[in-house]
Amino acid sequence: MTEIVSTEVATTRTITYRQALNETLRAELEHDDKVFLIGEEIGIFEGSYKITAGLLEDFGPDRVLDAPIAEEGFVGAALGAAMVGMRPVVEIMTINFSLIAIDQIVNHAAKMRSMFAGQVSIPLVIRMPGGGGQQLAATHSQNLEVWYAHIPGLKVVAPSTPADAKALLTAAIRDDDPVIFLENLSLYSAKGEVPDGEQIAEIGKAAVVKTGTDLTIVSYSRGTTTALEVARQLEAEGLSIEVVDLRSLRPLDRDTICASVKKTGHAVVFEDDWLSYGIGAEISATIGEGVFDFLDAPVRRVAAAEVPLPYAKSLEKAALPSAADLAKVVREVLNISSTPNDN
Amino acid sequence: MAAKARTRPESTVESTGGEPADTLRDYYERMSLVRAFELRSSEMYARAKIGGYCHLNLGEEATVVGLMAAIEARDYLFTGYRDHGYALLRGLSPERVMAELFGKVTGVSGGRGGSMHLFDSETRLFGGYGIVGGQIPPATGAALALKNQEAAGPDAAAVMCLLGDGTTNIGAFHESLNLAGLWKLPIVYVIVNNGLGMGTTVEKASAEPELYKRAASYRMPGVRVDGDDVLAVRDAARDALRQARESRQPVLLEVMCYRLRGHSVVDPARYRSSEDTTIAQQSDPVPSFRAKLITAGVLSETDAAAIDEAADVRVSEAVVFADESPEPDVDDLFKYVYATAVANMPAALPGEPVMDAL
Repeated sequence: MTEIVSTEVATTRTITYRQALNETLRAELEHDDKVFLIGEEIGIFEGSYKITAGLLEDFGPDRVLDAPIAEEGFVGAALGAAMVGMRPVVEIMTINFSLIAIDQIVNHAAKMRSMFAGQVSIPLVIRMPGGGGQQLAATHSQNLEVWYAHIPGLKVVAPSTPADAKALLTAAIRDDDPVIFLENLSLYSAKGEVPDGEQIAEIGKAAVVKTGTDLTIVSYSRGTTTALEVARQLEAEGLSIEVVDLRSLRPLDRDTICASVKKTGHAVVFEDDWLSYGIGAEISATIGEGVFDFLDAPVRRVAAAEVPLPYAKSLEKAALPSAADLAKVVREVLNISSTPNDN
Repeated sequence: MAAKARTRPESTVESTGGEPADTLRDYYERMSLVRAFELRSSEMYARAKIGGYCHLNLGEEATVVGLMAAIEARDYLFTGYRDHGYALLRGLSPERVMAELFGKVTGVSGGRGGSMHLFDSETRLFGGYGIVGGQIPPATGAALALKNQEAAGPDAAAVMCLLGDGTTNIGAFHESLNLAGLWKLPIVYVIVNNGLGMGTTVEKASAEPELYKRAASYRMPGVRVDGDDVLAVRDAARDALRQARESRQPVLLEVMCYRLRGHSVVDPARYRSSEDTTIAQQSDPVPSFRAKLITAGVLSETDAAAIDEAADVRVSEAVVFADESPEPDVDDLFKYVYATAVANMPAALPGEPVMDAL
């Protein structure tokens, strides 16, 4: 798995992120009979967010296994099945509930291969959506990716487009290590072009999704879509913005980030998690260590306000990082005053 | 305040008689090996040859031998951190087990796991887990995989998952038993009840101190057996495994035994009453099984002494091997982090730059 491989002529279709996930799960269930899905309400209910629609009917209850509400139990059970040769794909309803299973993920899945000197591999995928903005209040709106991105032994990916959702999920399922696959509630209905045929992304690689020369925005998942929106908006004002989509949070592609900032001399990180100790802190430190001499301004981070996210729409909106927040900070870093029609 | 002595509850199963002399002799040899290994581990810890945490099976030898006599080579074994005896009787050489305790590259886990994390894929010893109860969900999942990989029957594989009495109070225990009961998984959960979770008695930790009764909540049989009776333990475990492999009926087996010493080698167990310590010593299964076999004419005093001596020599060889084995190479520090090579894998030592400056 060294590069994106396309085995067929590149025809594409425009589908949603949800559909890309659904089709990929179906393709992998067909590709390898060791693959099975396990999670709460993924069968007859078809998943809380309908990612597994139709799969129970076509693959049966042994391969699309509804689990009771017992995250520690069924995540750990998937891990045990992986130890004896299966390739389980777990759905945790939202990333918030993964904390109930964190002993199995952090203390066990991430450790076993190293602790047992390579005698066992853990081909386990844990899919889960995060993200705020749906008025789900404090416990159901978190972006906890940094909890997992911190842990050696895990791989953590966060696709921002339907095409990446397909290629990274395929790569994750065929990988022999535990992969945390981060989805985002606000991306499920996002549409994009997806190439037909087998697509396997390389885990650990970021992508420059828009080139530019004045400033680099580094982001991932939902944040990348906002970053692209802001970049295009500022393009109209004559600013040339480059957007780096991390795609993989662990390993982190420091070279791609630094190569971009070396060229532009300015960087802003746009992230949905909280500011302190967040993904942006790691990116900033990387840029400082890698390309300090090329920086024309301090790196800035645009992140969520550090508060348990409130339910009320007004408060929720204020706390989450927006396109306007990002545009404002980009201008500040470039020392450009705001245009009157930007608010 | 020292905990009160326990009164030993009656076993719900009887031990069988009429066992061949060779089998009894073999079981004594195994008990003697575990005893010798654990006494030497304690000594090596005191000499700082062994680091970290180190938990011994002293006093639990009949339980260890009985359970390991019941399990088949095709079965998977998951244990907690008090795992030395199980590894030895699963067929791992004392050399490789001692080398793991010494942190040497020749150890069963390459020196990366230590006392609590013994693992051997070949003999299906699937760990060795240091987090209380961490092994229970994965063991349950291994049973789930077995159920889907092969048909039930006398030749099918099953999973044996060992845990301590204190472990029965954590969520993972209950979640896992619920899954096993619900999905009819080929697994036997064995509570090795030595009466103490570190320094806390079962009565102070569990609202239902008759732990085997907890099986009722998950519609599985709960069985309690005297852990000092090697044959009773073996027969109960065999029967439980038979139900698991032939009928996909999970079983909860509680084995009552005593821990002769502290929780780990550094624990003087001052919380224990002298009365409880006395009972533990009186129940010590190694001398009592030895005496039983001598009385029955299976062994002579000389035979028994020769067996003990042979075990001691075997362990001495293991210590020499462990001592002389090399430590893991620092160049291999990152060797096992990932099975599938991945771009941009972090591999910096402390103080090294995370990347080259561009």
